[in-house]
Amino acid sequence: MRPVLYILSFLALIALGFWAYRENYATQAALKDVEGLRSEIAGLRESLAVQRAEWAYLNRPDRLRQLVDANFDRLGLMPMEPSQFGTAAAVAYPAPKMPEVSFTTDVQGTITTEEGL
Amino acid sequence: MRVPLRPLARILQARQDGVNPDQIEKENLRIRHEGMREKSRGRAQFRLLILCVTFVAAFATIGARMGLMAATEPVEPRTSAPGAEIVAGRADITDRNGRILATNMTTHSLYAQPKVMVDPKGTAAKLAAIFPELDAAALERRFTDGRSFVWIRKVLSPEQMQMVHEIGDPGLLFGPREMRLYPNGTLAAHVLGGASFGAEGVHSAEVIGTAGIEKALDTRLRDPAQAGSPLTLSIDLSLQATVEEVLDAGMTMLNAKGAAAILMDARTGEILVMASLPTFDPNDRPSPLVDKDAEPGDSPLFNRAVQGVYELGSTFKIFAVAQAMELGLVTPSTMVDADAPLIWGKYKIKEFDGHNYGPLLSVTDVIAKSSNVGTAHIALMIGPLRQQAFLKSLGFFEPTPVELIEAPGAKPLIPKKWPEIVTITTSYGHGMSASPLHLAAAYAAIANGGVMIKPTLLKRDGATTGVRVMSEETASESVKMLRRVVVEGTATLGEVPGYEVAGKTGTAEKTKKTGGYYDDKVINTFAAMFPASNPQYVLIVTLDEPLDTTMSEDRHTAGWTAVPVAAEIIRRVAPLMGLRPKLEPPATDAVTAASN
Repeated sequence: MRPVLYILSFLALIALGFWAYRENYATQAALKDVEGLRSEIAGLRESLAVQRAEWAYLNRPDRLRQLVDANFDRLGLMPMEPSQFGTAAAVAYPAPKMPEVSFTTDVQGTITTEEGL
Repeated sequence: MRVPLRPLARILQARQDGVNPDQIEKENLRIRHEGMREKSRGRAQFRLLILCVTFVAAFATIGARMGLMAATEPVEPRTSAPGAEIVAGRADITDRNGRILATNMTTHSLYAQPKVMVDPKGTAAKLAAIFPELDAAALERRFTDGRSFVWIRKVLSPEQMQMVHEIGDPGLLFGPREMRLYPNGTLAAHVLGGASFGAEGVHSAEVIGTAGIEKALDTRLRDPAQAGSPLTLSIDLSLQATVEEVLDAGMTMLNAKGAAAILMDARTGEILVMASLPTFDPNDRPSPLVDKDAEPGDSPLFNRAVQGVYELGSTFKIFAVAQAMELGLVTPSTMVDADAPLIWGKYKIKEFDGHNYGPLLSVTDVIAKSSNVGTAHIALMIGPLRQQAFLKSLGFFEPTPVELIEAPGAKPLIPKKWPEIVTITTSYGHGMSASPLHLAAAYAAIANGGVMIKPTLLKRDGATTGVRVMSEETASESVKMLRRVVVEGTATLGEVPGYEVAGKTGTAEKTKKTGGYYDDKVINTFAAMFPASNPQYVLIVTLDEPLDTTMSEDRHTAGWTAVPVAAEIIRRVAPLMGLRPKLEPPATDAVTAASN
């Protein structure tokens, strides 16, 4: 009886050791993976910040003003003025529908045909 | 093996010899006890030894571990949850709509280790070719004089970095750097201030604010816990750009040395625009003036809106009148003595250009015509003590509480003694100096129905509570008087159709360093609020030494300089804020015509 127990516990020890070994390496691989992802996130964040700065730089009011001036003939943009505010009362009502034409008219005239038709 | 206590052979022998055999037993018992004692002592000693070894081992382990922990480089825990806050070291600054005013960019610094350099001479020459500000000879000397570390540049652009890479010397090394970037250039430069590097290392450098809000709120901006959330200012980028554009055009047209404008929301105390010209680029902040004779106002770094402490002239008159109304001394229609000139002791109080609006003038007309003598009489009714208390409640005795590092240093200049002649001069804005921001805050109190609200550069959510400095009726009567100034008084050029501008002009001569006033150097101010029927915004425009030369005669009164500039600012800015002009309702005929 005793030798069987010994053999069984020895086998169990080997199995556990194998499992622990595998877990250890799996964990390390996962950590490495996380580290890689994290540096990727940091890199993406950095480029996001750069793009935001670039966006703000390209949209700076000075540059927009220059662009508007340069493209005035195409865009015709002007600074906003008080006169551009309208009132609801100034908007025209839609024109009332005209009754449909329900009668036919005879058209009199001559039709000339060209040769070859 | 157990030894018998009474061995038979010896007992028999003893009996034969006539000795007491019990002696033998005692003797054997003693020997046995001795053996037992020896044994137990040995065991106890062994146990003590084990205990000792255990303790030594335990303490040695702890000691070794502590030593190890103290000696090794700290490592970040790899298994903890990834924080979302591994972001920039310094928080961004945005305007009220979230548009970026200041942000960070990763770049590189350049340093050299001359000991590992292959060709110091050639490298120095090539570096000098890339960076024109470096001197090849000086650089070569530093590379060859035996030092092991040399800083070359604090920040590099990516192109420059590539060019340095192409030199290919192993002694040239790069360190990562976080750089502060102001994408809008000179816009709102005085508000932002600027930033530079503090403590520097090879791997990183701390970015610290050097002026403006960057320095005033440095702790908040550097706080790692708040690095992810940008600092939202009350400034509106579009409005700021518009105001700076108009102000710059006005300054050029009127040949002014400098100009400042403040646009403030009277209800919340938020400063929407703070402009000061001439300006500078915070990305490349100029160094302060070192010339001792130079006035601080000559430097573009000088923030006229906050630091420009000048006598503000007639814009002060409304405070005397408002206080007199608050105390029940006068009503808008009360007639006061305005017979110019007023002789007070050895002083002679005159009107502008030697006019005489007297002998009597209604209080409304005192403001509309900007009568010095009329205001002086009203101030004398109030008396020095009450006048001081009122101006104090409007914040004219303290630096402004705005979030700029320059603000606490810009103390108003208050006369030390307050005799009646000071009461008279102060009532029309001479003898005491304050900044345009002080004036904006005080006018905002009038516009806000008499409640004084602390001005701020940070976005506020919702209305704030303030201190009541005058009754609502007084405030609304004062606004009506200021409206009259624009409709028929000294600021008729300030009328913007639909926006009911109300305001007060002020022209003050600059004080000489040696005492007395310049004749031709003036500060022109227009303090305005709009729309008068329900004032929401306060605008202060100040021009430094302007001169209107468009007409046959040169003019330098505010009505001809600051007022038209302010009117143009309101015309441009009000639609941007979504403020609808109040126009005459269209005639009914027009509607009929449009509908069909």
